[in-house]
Amino acid sequence: MKRILLTGCFLIAATSGLFAQKYMTRTGKITFNATAPNSPEKIEAINNEVACILDSKSGDIVFQVLIKSFKFERELMKEHFNENYLESDKYPKADFKGTVTKISEISFAKDGTYNVKVAGKLTIHGVSLDVNVPGTLTVKGNTVNAKAKFSVALKDYKIDVPSLVADKLGKEATISLECGLGQK
Amino acid sequence: MHKRFLLFLLPFCFTGRAYCQADSLMNMLNDGAAPKKKENVTATFKATRIINSSSVENLGAGVLDFRIAHRFGQLNQGFENFFGLDNATTRIALDYGITKWLMVGIAHSTFNKENDGFVKVKVLPQKEHGMPVTVSYAGYVSVQTAPAPILPPGDTWLFSNRLYYAHQLLIARKFNDRISLQLMPSVAHYNLVDSSKFSNNTFALGVGGRVKLTRRIALTGEYFYRLTNADLLTSGQRTYNTFSLGLDIETGGHVFQLMFTNAQGLTERTFIGQTTDSWDKGALHFGFNISRLFTIVKPKEFRKEEATSW
Repeated sequence: MKRILLTGCFLIAATSGLFAQKYMTRTGKITFNATAPNSPEKIEAINNEVACILDSKSGDIVFQVLIKSFKFERELMKEHFNENYLESDKYPKADFKGTVTKISEISFAKDGTYNVKVAGKLTIHGVSLDVNVPGTLTVKGNTVNAKAKFSVALKDYKIDVPSLVADKLGKEATISLECGLGQK
Repeated sequence: MHKRFLLFLLPFCFTGRAYCQADSLMNMLNDGAAPKKKENVTATFKATRIINSSSVENLGAGVLDFRIAHRFGQLNQGFENFFGLDNATTRIALDYGITKWLMVGIAHSTFNKENDGFVKVKVLPQKEHGMPVTVSYAGYVSVQTAPAPILPPGDTWLFSNRLYYAHQLLIARKFNDRISLQLMPSVAHYNLVDSSKFSNNTFALGVGGRVKLTRRIALTGEYFYRLTNADLLTSGQRTYNTFSLGLDIETGGHVFQLMFTNAQGLTERTFIGQTTDSWDKGALHFGFNISRLFTIVKPKEFRKEEATSW
């Protein structure tokens, strides 16, 4: 009985397209660069554990990342990033919830690259702000590669930059994102 | 799985479209996530030393730390010696993180012309929702290179007379992002003591801690209570327990530590068992530690980039 119910459940789920229309990953990549112009050292970090789900029907897309899993060239920079700037004990995650506009114009059955606009809420350091970001979606077989590059002003997300480090740490961070999504 | 649970699931299978809101996608991410790793607690202290003594903090793998510690003379020396500023002792040190749990260091101190080396191993890290404390071991050895005293003819000054060793167990807990405490059962072994009535081993219990005042400034304190050998004389002078109070100031690139302490020497040899000044008499020393970190071996994510850009 159990097995029948379980199979039934999966069958219905599969045919209703609940699973087939979602693309996801847990190993997407985000890098950011917050180096001030003329800074003697680079302030940048990589995170290879970005989670992302795209719903190809509705266009809904979400990203989520753990602040502590950003990797820095200097260990001390990572510590300061977590302790003083992003306060990862208080705000462990950053995320984005949004929608790819005009998703219906993308054919997920055919390979190709599409320029898209994504609108939604970006939450960093406990502050949620509406953002509008251009990006690309590349469909190849059963995979979708999502790419975007945009800047955020640190002040908007209540990240203080003490004047002492203003010659190294810029007012803005350029965020680059690349997620290879597989069908779920 | 229970039958009832499956029946409960059934209706959700039909609600495909309505279920697809961004929030529910986010829930999917959270639900499906691997069970939370028990993360190591970081930044129990701001630096690898609380004031004089080692903290449980290790350098990152491949990080070199160039440290200069300075202790001025006694404050109660008065204007004649400009309140101690004229008689300073210095320790210049190079520390290196071999792995994230193993670090080594070598140093030279002007006080008694001492060369020292140490090794520090993080045995157990404090975990969020797990292990309540960090446990580290630190071992030290030093050799004094001051000229041998003038001895009666026929006597020889052995090299081993110059040596001392110390071992410490560092047990620390970060209670919250402001308060951390560390217990330090310690033993210092002096190869040579003033007289045979003293033991060569001094056992002490150290306690250290910090309270963060702001995000970048912390108040620190450290005390070594000797359990044995409290009556030790060194070069004929009485010895006292070491008490130190300090301030950690983070300046972006490094941590600057300011302190008042009654120990003028900068190695465990002195501050565990051979401190000859006392707070009662105002025989304090003002001092500071500065450290500059250099990344020698970059994390692998950053190595590749370098290679391509060259």
